[in-house]
Parts: sequence; C-alpha cells; structure tokens
Amino acid sequence: MSNNIIQLKSPQIKEEDIRKLKKGDIVSISGVMVTGRDVAHKYLKDVFIKNENIPDEEKPILDELKKHLDGGILYHCGPVVNKDENGNYRFSAAGPTTSIREEPYEYDVIKLLNLRGVIGKGGMGDKTLSACQKFGAVYLHAIGGAAVYTAERVKKVIGVLKLEEFGSPEAFWIIKVENFECIVTMDSHGESLHKSLLEQSEKKQKEIMTTF
Amino acid sequence: MKDKNDRYSVIKGNITENRIELFVELIKQASTNLPADVVLALEKQRASEDEKSQARRALDVIMKNIDIAYEKEAPICQDTGTVIFHIHYPEKESLGLLKKELRDAVKLATKKGYLRPNAVDSITGKNSGDNTGFGSPAFYSDVWEKDSLEIKIMLKGGGCENVGAQYPLPDTRLDAGRDINGVKKVILDAVVRAQGKGCAPGIIGVGIGGDRVSGAMAAKEQIFRKLDDLNEDEKLAEVEAEMEKKCNELGIGPMGFGGKTTVLGVKTAKLHRVPASFFVSVSYMCWAARRKKLEITGNQYTIE
Repeated sequence: MSNNIIQLKSPQIKEEDIRKLKKGDIVSISGVMVTGRDVAHKYLKDVFIKNENIPDEEKPILDELKKHLDGGILYHCGPVVNKDENGNYRFSAAGPTTSIREEPYEYDVIKLLNLRGVIGKGGMGDKTLSACQKFGAVYLHAIGGAAVYTAERVKKVIGVLKLEEFGSPEAFWIIKVENFECIVTMDSHGESLHKSLLEQSEKKQKEIMTTF
Repeated sequence: MKDKNDRYSVIKGNITENRIELFVELIKQASTNLPADVVLALEKQRASEDEKSQARRALDVIMKNIDIAYEKEAPICQDTGTVIFHIHYPEKESLGLLKKELRDAVKLATKKGYLRPNAVDSITGKNSGDNTGFGSPAFYSDVWEKDSLEIKIMLKGGGCENVGAQYPLPDTRLDAGRDINGVKKVILDAVVRAQGKGCAPGIIGVGIGGDRVSGAMAAKEQIFRKLDDLNEDEKLAEVEAEMEKKCNELGIGPMGFGGKTTVLGVKTAKLHRVPASFFVSVSYMCWAARRKKLEITGNQYTIE
C-alpha cells in the first residue's frame, strides 16, 4: 500500500493501467463517469443481456452509455440533484450507495460495457471480483455519507438518461468529475480488502464470543 | 457562508401562524447539520486512528463533509433516507392537522433539495417525487400530559437500514442462548455482518425482547438517545459500555477499511416478552446519524 495518488483519466482507461493497481492504492479520477444503481443494473441485464431481441427504442441508450463507459467508470450513486438559475442540473449531494445489491448483475455489466472500474461503498462479492480479474477492472471505494464533499468533485452534469422512467436517484447521470479520490479495495488480481477484513473480524468475533 | 462554530447552538424563536416553514427548518437542520454529540464522537475517534491509515483518511473526509454540509446547507448524505417523525402532543393539539402540515413540509423540503425524492411505490416502482406515499413519511405519535408539542425527526438511510437484523434466541449458529450473553453474541454478530456496508462507524440500537414489531421499534428509538447519555438501567448501562468496547475490537473500522473505530455507541432497551419468544432486534445507524428535536411551548420553539 502506498500513499501516492495515482491519476486516472476516464473513459478509455487502458487495461494495463488498471492491472498495475493493487488493493489499498489511492486513485484520483478526472474525466467522465456515469451513475447507475439498482434499477439501472436490472435494466441493463433485462434489456441488453438476457434479451435476445433488443427493442429498437433502447438501442440508442446502450450506444450513449458505451460512449461514456467504454474503458470507463460506473458510479453506484443516487444523487440529490438541483437545477440552478439557468436551468442546468447540479449535484448537491452525491456519495456512493451500497454496492453489494448489484452483485447479481455486475459481472455481466462490466462485460457488456467494458468497464474499467466501479465505484461504490461496502465492497462486492466473488462474482464481481472474478469479473475484475477476467476483464481487467477494479472496485473503487468512495467515502459513504461524504456526499457534499464528493459532489464538489462533480464539476458538471453532461446529461441524463432514463430520468422520467427511473426517477432521479436511479437515473443514469453522465457527469464530468475532477480529482475524484477513491481507494482500490478490490483489484484485478483477485485481492479484496473486504474479504480479508471479513475473515479477520470473524476470527476476532469468535475470540470475543468465548469471553461471554 | 455560515460559521461552523454556530452549529451546536440551540435554535430559538417565536411561532408564526404558518408552522410549515418551521417544520421545513427542522427537516433542513436534520439533513444538513449533524448533532453535536455525533460530531464530537467522530472527532474524538478521528484523533485516535493512526495518522497514515485509511481509517484516518476516511474520518478526515467525513469531518470535512460535515463542515461543508453545514456551511452550504446541503444534505450531509445524498440518501436522506426514510423520514421518520416521533411526536408527543398535548390533548388540545389536532394530530390530523399536524400530520398534514408535516407532510406539506416534507414536500417543500424535497423541492428545496434538503431531501432526495425517496418514496418509491413498491409495486409499480414509480417514485412519487415528493417523499409522500403510503406510510411515507412515517409517523409515530403519542399524546402526553404536558402542554408542549415535541417532534423528533430521524432521517434513516437505506444502506444502514438494510444491515439491521432481528435474531430469535436461541441461535444455534452463534451458540447464543436466552440470556444476556446470548444477547451480547448476536449484537456482535450483527456488527460483523454489517462490516462497512452500513457506513461505519455506526450507532447500534438494540431492542431486547418484545415482539417483532415492538422490539424493532425499541431498537430504532435508541438511536434518538445522545451518545454520551447513560442508560438508567444499571445492567443495560454496563452492557452498552462493554459492547461498545468489544465491537471496536473487531477491527472493521470506518467504512470497513480496518481500524479502531467500528461503532460510536451501543444503546439498548429491554421489553417484556412472552415466554415462547426472545427477539433481539438490532438497528444500525450510519455515522451520519441525522436526528433533531423540535419543541413548541406556547409561542416559543427550540430546535436542537
């Protein structure tokens, strides 16, 4: 683990740059990323992965997502969004949401969109970890609850997809970020901080329980 | 910009005819200004973590975020959660009218961006857009003998709500029997299961006994207690101190990054139970423990 901050420019992050990252590294992301959480993941799986015949009206959505996410980063986040005096969207609170709910979908979503990273909180499971290994991606941890601090890294809302249908927290928000810092907690070499800490804390739990 | 040194002071004022604005202020305070006892506990824990650790770094960001949210009057966390009101009202108060005013205040606070639209129809999946709907916001009310009106609000985020748990004792997996040691084992287990997912360091509310509903209710009510208060029940006060210490030995740390600070406090209550049931209900509150209390006496009010 080093305290040097590694800069990443998203999208079009190279696989080799992701492969260099190790559990515990700190990265700082600048560029474009897209938010997506529960409804978005289910939608991607139902419409583009399970479905043999993709409806014509949904195809432009996938094209738009790929434009911003090919070699890019999906952010598990349901922001508080306001409109400023000029009618532009602005994020006022935008911390990460709990990622484990997307575990049934993430492997396929990483593959579908050619993601290089997923940002969230709380970590994910073995299936996502295997996708990180196989496709060259990392799981990045932001600070849960630090929503205003994080929203300040969001410099601009470029666009939004499925706002009406999904509702504001669940929509795909396409955002421009600067110096968005995260910790690599699951790397592309099969290492997960969440897994090792769970094991350590379970061991400690057993020890403590013998004193009761 | 507001001065962050003012944030701990009690807000006082006179009631005007339209109480909705005051209720919006209550919601704003809850969403943007973390209670003093929680801020102080976080600061104390921040100082205890190793300077170069991820735990320290996480708590640094958390402290900065608390300051910016207060100064900018922006939600501390984007998940402004379930809006929960606990009301104690005098005989003469119309509860129906009060609930209508609070509902209107919730809509207005959503429009102003203090609350995220968080009420989703469980069948159609449609977000109501204004935080109202079936059971939303949540009201719990009781008439009391005092002349004053007390409204407590809690904004309970979904991430931490999801890691709450209810254990029927005995629990074979944990070898937890129907006694205080069994209770301690399942509290510890709930914290281990939660890891960082509930946004550690959390506050652990525990309801010991009751039925499935009253036990869960008692657990959540404990989160309204200040972190530095002492349980009136001597035995429970001991359990609280012991469990806080033991949970912090687990090493889960802020956000589940590892570290000394896994919980900020453990708060317990006991309820009588039927002989056949022994539930231990655990409610996990994230570090962004957003709660405030409004008290109206005559034409004066306080928010703290």
